[in-house]
Amino acid sequence: MNINWVSWLLWGFVSTLVLTTIEATLQGLGLTRMNIPYLLGTMVTPDRDKANFYGVLLHFLNGWLFSFGYVVLFQVWHLATWWAGVVIGILHGMFLLAVLMPLFPGIHPRMASEQAGPTARRQLEPPGFLGLNYGFRTPVSVLLSHAIYGAILGLFYKVIS
Amino acid sequence: MSERNSETIDPAGSPKIQDYALIGDCRSTALVSNRGSIEWLCWPRFDSPSVFAALLDRERGGHWAVTPNAPYSVQRKYLGESNVLSTTFVTHGGTAVLTDLMPVGSEEYKRRFSLPDHEIIRSLECQSGEVELRFEFHAVADYGGKPVRVRTIGRLGIRIEADGIVYWLRSTHPLAVEKDWVRGIIRLRAGERAQFTLTSSEYAPMVLPALGDSTAERIQNSVDWWQQWARRARYDGPYRDLVVRSALAIKALTYSPSGAIVAAATTSLPEHVGGSLNWDYRYCWLRDASLSVRSMLGLGYWDEADSFLNWMLHATALTRPKLRILYNVYGENAPNERELKYLSGYYDSRPVRVGNAARSQLQLDVYGEVIDAACQYAHAGGNFDRSTRNVLVQLGEYVASHWSEPDQGIWEPRSAPAAHTNSRLLCWAALDRLIRLSNTAMLPGAQRDTFKRERAKVFHDIKQHSWNENIGSYTSVLGKDEVDASLLMMSWYGFESPTSDRMRSTYRVIRERLGAPHGLLYRYRSKHPEGAFGICGFWETEYLAMGGGTFEEASRLFEQQCSFRNDVGLFAEEIDPNNGDALGNFPQAFTHVGLISAALTLQEREAGERSLKHRPESAQHSHQEVSA
Repeated sequence: MNINWVSWLLWGFVSTLVLTTIEATLQGLGLTRMNIPYLLGTMVTPDRDKANFYGVLLHFLNGWLFSFGYVVLFQVWHLATWWAGVVIGILHGMFLLAVLMPLFPGIHPRMASEQAGPTARRQLEPPGFLGLNYGFRTPVSVLLSHAIYGAILGLFYKVIS
Repeated sequence: MSERNSETIDPAGSPKIQDYALIGDCRSTALVSNRGSIEWLCWPRFDSPSVFAALLDRERGGHWAVTPNAPYSVQRKYLGESNVLSTTFVTHGGTAVLTDLMPVGSEEYKRRFSLPDHEIIRSLECQSGEVELRFEFHAVADYGGKPVRVRTIGRLGIRIEADGIVYWLRSTHPLAVEKDWVRGIIRLRAGERAQFTLTSSEYAPMVLPALGDSTAERIQNSVDWWQQWARRARYDGPYRDLVVRSALAIKALTYSPSGAIVAAATTSLPEHVGGSLNWDYRYCWLRDASLSVRSMLGLGYWDEADSFLNWMLHATALTRPKLRILYNVYGENAPNERELKYLSGYYDSRPVRVGNAARSQLQLDVYGEVIDAACQYAHAGGNFDRSTRNVLVQLGEYVASHWSEPDQGIWEPRSAPAAHTNSRLLCWAALDRLIRLSNTAMLPGAQRDTFKRERAKVFHDIKQHSWNENIGSYTSVLGKDEVDASLLMMSWYGFESPTSDRMRSTYRVIRERLGAPHGLLYRYRSKHPEGAFGICGFWETEYLAMGGGTFEEASRLFEQQCSFRNDVGLFAEEIDPNNGDALGNFPQAFTHVGLISAALTLQEREAGERSLKHRPESAQHSHQEVSA
């Protein structure tokens, strides 16, 4: 398989940048309380201010790594188009919402589970199924941002035959 | 403990509100009547549709009874300082004790053992003679609006499918399924036991707990957990039992996974029996929750306060700087209000409502209560991170530019907005506390000059337009001549000294106009009949304890208010002055908050100390202090 490394590194970075920006914007507009960088950051530090910073770094790293999966699929299919990216992005978002998010309380050291208590601790709320505990528009926000992330990768990544 | 003499039960009669006791696990609660019947349960959380709601409809609501088959008298208590209920039935033939609980444990304990997500344990023991009890189980779905399917699955127990959720009922004694009912007769001799568990799971496959010794161990573990928690209460005054019971009730109304505190466990218990003032209180009102946090902080429950502030920060993120009045336990908007027309209501008090239309109201006092709670937290040694500081400053800026708007006020009437004194008072308190925080460098970035200017404007507005010379009192609405009991809080928030001429005169007018028999107090004069308001009597106690009266007067009034608790120490929202019956949703965090706050203020008065240093003696004093 001939991965176009330069194209992956460049567009993986750009699409992650756009993804992070869209997520932060949707949160700022009051559409969702889902903040993936913050959730990631609080895995490594309880300090809310530092968590945001570390979380953005971790989110960038994740976004970059996940984009590698996208380009592998583009190469396998010999097809890199915006709509192929959207399809992978939506599947990626659904996996995140339906599988990874509900797992978070089990692996996150500072997140309560739905069964937490009665011992009181300052903990993050569990996201719940499809992240709905963070607002009813959360699934739409996550799917939209990941679809755009996939679309950028599909549109700009050049498949090497 | 407020254990009283045994009461003979009329099996034909329906329980009244005060006949119920609360059990809970900080995610949901159930109400158990003094007939041994669970008649209110919402799973998996406080605001979920009910599994049992006989409280609101004796025919259709569903219940789970374990009741003697012969005439009996009953005595109830909580086991020590816990939320584990013990009901003793005394019949002609013998005595049986029923223990009811939702089991709890530490996170470590829960990791060690595989436990059901949601569980109620009912354990019965015959202490003397022989007792025959009737077992009746009738679960419903969606408040009785949808059918359930009940099947016996051999030794595993009885499986109940209700609107997509599965419950398992297990028993040490044989039970029979008849359509959607489960029935049985339990005969016990001295020393014999019976156990029943009801479990539920939302997502994962159900854990079916073993009955027998392990159940007894889990009961003891739950009692131990609650007692350890209760021992941390930093209050050793003469009313410790009452204070700790109130703290336990508030703790049971806290949703642990998020830190939210709901206002009450129920919906639609009437403020007047047979009337229509029936509301759903199973949501988190920022006002009530902030006051709850203050009382928890006063008792030294630091983690609960910390947890709530974290929730508040997270929950309000979508609307900030504007705050909603109420949220669900995860910070979402409470559902639209709807009527369940098929339920007859408590003693025919219709309609039964779920959801709450007050969610769209503007109540400016909320800002003051939230900021005051945060300020108290800071003065108790808490630190704010940058996000929290930003939120507080944003809330302050919102108050500075909106305090003069008319709103619905603390009593949230469903009428046109007005300029409420209490809302202005709390806007003043919000700005005052933020200025005080910025004085201590805990709030860099605050617009001190703007806050000071607007605080002065609110101060003059209240002083000039809320004071009515004709009646010699501050008034509920600026420029009008009605009073309400929230005016008593002008001293608590440090706006007006309790010994000032204006405050003494206001107190006299409130007593004259709102006084009810037996030392009780109405919140306001209402066209609709309703009971005396529980927390208002405690506000009056605090006013007297702070200097408006003598310590003896305040103590006497406090004890008079407390005499209206039920046999296990719980209060509803209101009290019927004619017969002492509880009215409104039950148990009500607001009333218990009032009790704790009044007990703490009495203790302060006795010790001659001021423990709440975040508030000034009076507004004038505060303004001079800041200028200096």
